[in-house]
Amino acid sequence: MSSLVEVNDLTKYFPVQKSSLEAMLSRKREFVRAVDGISFTIKREEIFGLVGESGSGKTTTGRLLLRLVEPTSGEIRFGGDNIGELNSESLRRFRRRAQMIFQDPTAALNPRMRIGPAIKHGLDIHQIGSHPERKQETLRMFERVGLTPPEAFYDKYPHQLSGGQRQRVVIGRAMILEPEFAVADEPVAMVDVSIRAQILDLMLSLKKEFGLTYAFITHDLATANYFCDSIAIMYLGRIVEVGPREDVFKSPRHPYTVALMSSIPVPDPKHKLQRLIPRGEIPSPINPPSGCRFHPRCPYAQAVCSEREPQLEEIGPNHDVACFFPRM
Amino acid sequence: MPPLLDVQELTVEYFTLKGQVKAVTGVNFSLERGATLGLVGESACGKSTLGFSILRLVPPPGRIVAGKIDLEGVNLLNVPLEAMRRIRGSQVSMIFQDPMTSLNPLMRIRDHFVELFQTHDPSIKREEAVSRTIKLLDSLGIGGDRIDDYPHQFSGGMRQRVMIGLALALEPKLVIADEPTTSLDVIVEAQVLELLKQLREKHRLTLILITHNIGIVAEMADLVAVMYAGQIAEIGPTEDMYGDPLHPYTKGLLESAPNVLHPEHSMRPIPGTPPDLVSPPSGCKFHPRCPKVFEPCPLREPLPIHQGSRLVACHLYDQVDH
Repeated sequence: MSSLVEVNDLTKYFPVQKSSLEAMLSRKREFVRAVDGISFTIKREEIFGLVGESGSGKTTTGRLLLRLVEPTSGEIRFGGDNIGELNSESLRRFRRRAQMIFQDPTAALNPRMRIGPAIKHGLDIHQIGSHPERKQETLRMFERVGLTPPEAFYDKYPHQLSGGQRQRVVIGRAMILEPEFAVADEPVAMVDVSIRAQILDLMLSLKKEFGLTYAFITHDLATANYFCDSIAIMYLGRIVEVGPREDVFKSPRHPYTVALMSSIPVPDPKHKLQRLIPRGEIPSPINPPSGCRFHPRCPYAQAVCSEREPQLEEIGPNHDVACFFPRM
Repeated sequence: MPPLLDVQELTVEYFTLKGQVKAVTGVNFSLERGATLGLVGESACGKSTLGFSILRLVPPPGRIVAGKIDLEGVNLLNVPLEAMRRIRGSQVSMIFQDPMTSLNPLMRIRDHFVELFQTHDPSIKREEAVSRTIKLLDSLGIGGDRIDDYPHQFSGGMRQRVMIGLALALEPKLVIADEPTTSLDVIVEAQVLELLKQLREKHRLTLILITHNIGIVAEMADLVAVMYAGQIAEIGPTEDMYGDPLHPYTKGLLESAPNVLHPEHSMRPIPGTPPDLVSPPSGCKFHPRCPKVFEPCPLREPLPIHQGSRLVACHLYDQVDH
């Protein structure tokens, strides 16, 4: 498989908002280091999971991948092109090829826009086909995402739909331009368990049909394990471990990954929990800890961990870990 | 001795402009001292409303229209309002879902606790209330030195610990926890669950744990009640329920959940969507989504039937000659 997305040493710092008084009193500007030097590759037609807790930088990474925010430094190549250097014409083409599926379908849809025109909007903007063709195409997409009969749904408003149906609209809107790549940011976090699997299955069948590549952002490891081919575990703006799904889940090597895995509730009352819960909570990304960012919470930390920052190193086939003392 | 909690034929409705929403219909269950009941189901199945009814805190336009809720033999629905207020917190308390909106942002942590202690016992001295608060915060893993902080100075996990502390401060007999870890990250969730287990042990708590996460229920609960469309579809001991689910909805719910150890046996969708509770389906409310639907399902509502250790409301187990 060739690579579709290549990310090199990407960073994104957001300036911390201060009151004007605070700004006068201190000259030092502070930054939230949301994404702090990450590199990875997404292969064509794979589902690449970006997994982490809140504040790990996974959502910012997803937005950077689509150039919805500009990076502080680093580059993102999409099909070989540096997306930071696209001119307005080629950026427009890129926007057709890469789409976003948002987390909260209620917030992502305009409450005053009927869902038919909402899905059709992309075709209008990119002026694809004649008006009747666009409508036909939209009705086909309704069918495709399981909102049937399409005619009955076309003129509805978002508030007339259930949460699961709204998420189908959001997916249909992303798919109408037949993109090659979609970033899905927690697409099932807001829907019920029984519906969650329906939505993921829909995303899988669309992937097969269009030959899609997904970046799948989630905090839910169990869902990631079900859905993804590769997984990158993020902690405080860094990737601590990345590799094929089975390897990361069956033999996690970074102590943080191990801790995450052991924290997941297992729906089996006979399962014996062996929890390795790290101390405390994720620190502030404004002043992240020195060296390895996980060291203050890590049960295996040694002196070197606070002094130098470990880099991702290969530990198995395509399986990289950023840790001086990886677990076995 | 009667069970600690005995709920019979509880029915709660919301009187909305669109019509009466039958949030909870004819729910029966009882709970022995020291047991943990997991109340599971999807959104709008009535699990939170059921939890709120036990405290008589169903928000308007909701109203308890029928049934009884006996706490140690006393029907809470007949208790005068003033007495009910004293019961809340001291005998039955609740850990709310969202600690950000449940704590007063303008009150220091100290004052949350002092107010609670003094409301229930006006004779208690302020210093006494403060020293009890410090001790409590220490036992919650927060640290008594944070007593003067405001809620916004705490992380989500720490705020949830404060909520747990407030719920347990007066040593109630029954604690209702409504999605206590839903807004938390997985590691913090694990920390809070460990704390809850530890406190449950220490204070021999009876706990009702309301959640959509069947992983948490498997870990925490002795008994599970699966709710669907305002009714209990199946109730029984946790191991039996997970090992051999009887109701097709229980089975569907268990199989739809992600299982990190066995991803191949998880996330099977249940077709369709949960029903509209203003005009629910006829007969068994699950029948339009049920893979095992047969003749009686749309016609008659199934009554709960004893099936071994369990009570299940499904026509598959009707006592008729097949």
